[in-house]
Amino acid sequence: MLLTTMTRKRLIPNLVLILIGLLFIWPMLWLFFASFDAGAPLSVRIPKDFTLDNYRKILSEPMNLRAFLNSFLISFSQSVIVILLSILAAYPLSRFPLKHKGKIMYGMLFLTGLPLTAIMVPVYMVFFSLKINNSLISTTLFLIATALPYSIWMTKNFMDDVPVVLEEAAWIEGAGMLETIRRVILPVIVPGIFVVFIFTFSGSWGNFFVPFILLNSANKFPASVAIYQFFGAFGKIAYGELAAFSLLYTLPIAVFYLLSQKYMSQGFSMSGSVK
Amino acid sequence: MHKHIVRKAFLFLAPAVLLVILFYTIPMVTSVFYSFTDKALVGAKSKNWGFVGFQNYQKMFSDQFFWISLKNTIVLLVCSAIIGQQVVGFFLAQMMEKANPLIRKMTGLAVLLGWVTPEVVVSFIFFAFFNKEGSVNSLLGIFGFSPIAWLYNYAMLSVIIANIWRGTAFSMLMFQSALDNVDTSIKEAAVIDGAGKVQLLTRITLPLISGAILTNTILITLQTLGLFGLIYALTGGGPGFDTTTLPIYMYNRAFSAYQLGYGTAMAIILLLFGIGLSLSYMKSMKKQL
Repeated sequence: MLLTTMTRKRLIPNLVLILIGLLFIWPMLWLFFASFDAGAPLSVRIPKDFTLDNYRKILSEPMNLRAFLNSFLISFSQSVIVILLSILAAYPLSRFPLKHKGKIMYGMLFLTGLPLTAIMVPVYMVFFSLKINNSLISTTLFLIATALPYSIWMTKNFMDDVPVVLEEAAWIEGAGMLETIRRVILPVIVPGIFVVFIFTFSGSWGNFFVPFILLNSANKFPASVAIYQFFGAFGKIAYGELAAFSLLYTLPIAVFYLLSQKYMSQGFSMSGSVK
Repeated sequence: MHKHIVRKAFLFLAPAVLLVILFYTIPMVTSVFYSFTDKALVGAKSKNWGFVGFQNYQKMFSDQFFWISLKNTIVLLVCSAIIGQQVVGFFLAQMMEKANPLIRKMTGLAVLLGWVTPEVVVSFIFFAFFNKEGSVNSLLGIFGFSPIAWLYNYAMLSVIIANIWRGTAFSMLMFQSALDNVDTSIKEAAVIDGAGKVQLLTRITLPLISGAILTNTILITLQTLGLFGLIYALTGGGPGFDTTTLPIYMYNRAFSAYQLGYGTAMAIILLLFGIGLSLSYMKSMKKQL
């Protein structure tokens, strides 16, 4: 009796959720099926001639591999440097009674909110007049700078949760600040660092506008811009290849997110409303 | 001892703060400067540029396409973010509270799929989805409807739906964590007092999570305000000016028409929009922290 009322009460939400879930998967299905289809159409269909040729073609083109490598170089080096600098910056912000701490923290929060799109034209102008545009290094430096505000903000919050008592033992042993961070704090905040890493990495991996503006030689393009160019050049014919390219490009961050869902919701409430 | 600590703190903070100032703050400040010049990307005006006072702003305010793109931006913000993503996200979070755990998890993953998909890929997916030979039309075809050129005749609607697909996960997660924190005993008490479903929602649930609604509204507005790649790759701002939002128009002015000064003036408007929203975000966080 209890069970039937329970299931009946749940029936409508369950059905509605299944329906919405299907609606969300529907557009994505095309990408998946088309990537295995020899003559992919534009609508969802189970491949008539199942093939891996689309993937083979995309992966045998050196420029595409180059694009994936560029994406990886940009996103990975950006994330690693962002994390190192954030840990350094967050430590004094979390532990010392600094004079302008509040101002710095709110400055960070303020920058976190600004839309990057709004500053790309001036950034281009500055880079262009300094002749540092079309460079993977300066593009990465820019991405580091724009990711720092929220990553410092989040890292500081993670550090605040680490009791100071843990550090005192290290202090007594005469460990310096850097060593204390490495030995005592880092091991405790690893999950938090992981969240910052995923946020940062996937943010720049998926970013289109920044490299689109700041880079202009094809051999420097990351995957986001390379795919866009590919679409312009061949997309109208080679839907299967376009789909395969897109899936290969989406896969790394999708896997990242799925593997880290537990941590993500933690980072989510940190950057969002409730803490 | 204290001096020593302050110096260390400074050393630790310096690299991060320096990078942020150099690559983030300085371009922002110079943009104010450039918006009062007639600097161009190529040609004579790229070297011999000068101050033109408020000319760029005057030009902008009398430029009908600026107003069209402002209108489009607001339509997009309201329909796809503030209403679309938020209502769907809240609805999902609400339904998930009562649903079977497995179904909750699967639907959550399906919605999250849109969130993790890079902007450009979202464009391709919806290019196919709304194409004349695409999935929507093939479904409509089953019911005997003739195909519709969505991306041509309903371009803004297509962009709005694509952006809802992409962004709903954010609101869903925000509301999930907000609803998790609502004390169930308050709801139970209200039910005992005879509150109906609608009353429960409008009198109890919504007021209790108003902080999350405010923060969420600001954040998703900011995300959609900066939207570029999705629109640029899906419709290119067209047909005509139908889906040209401020970022698209700014890009076209600055890089296709090579009017950097004018483009920067438009960037300032976007930035002011963003600053206003970002300040209210700070305020909402201050209240909650």
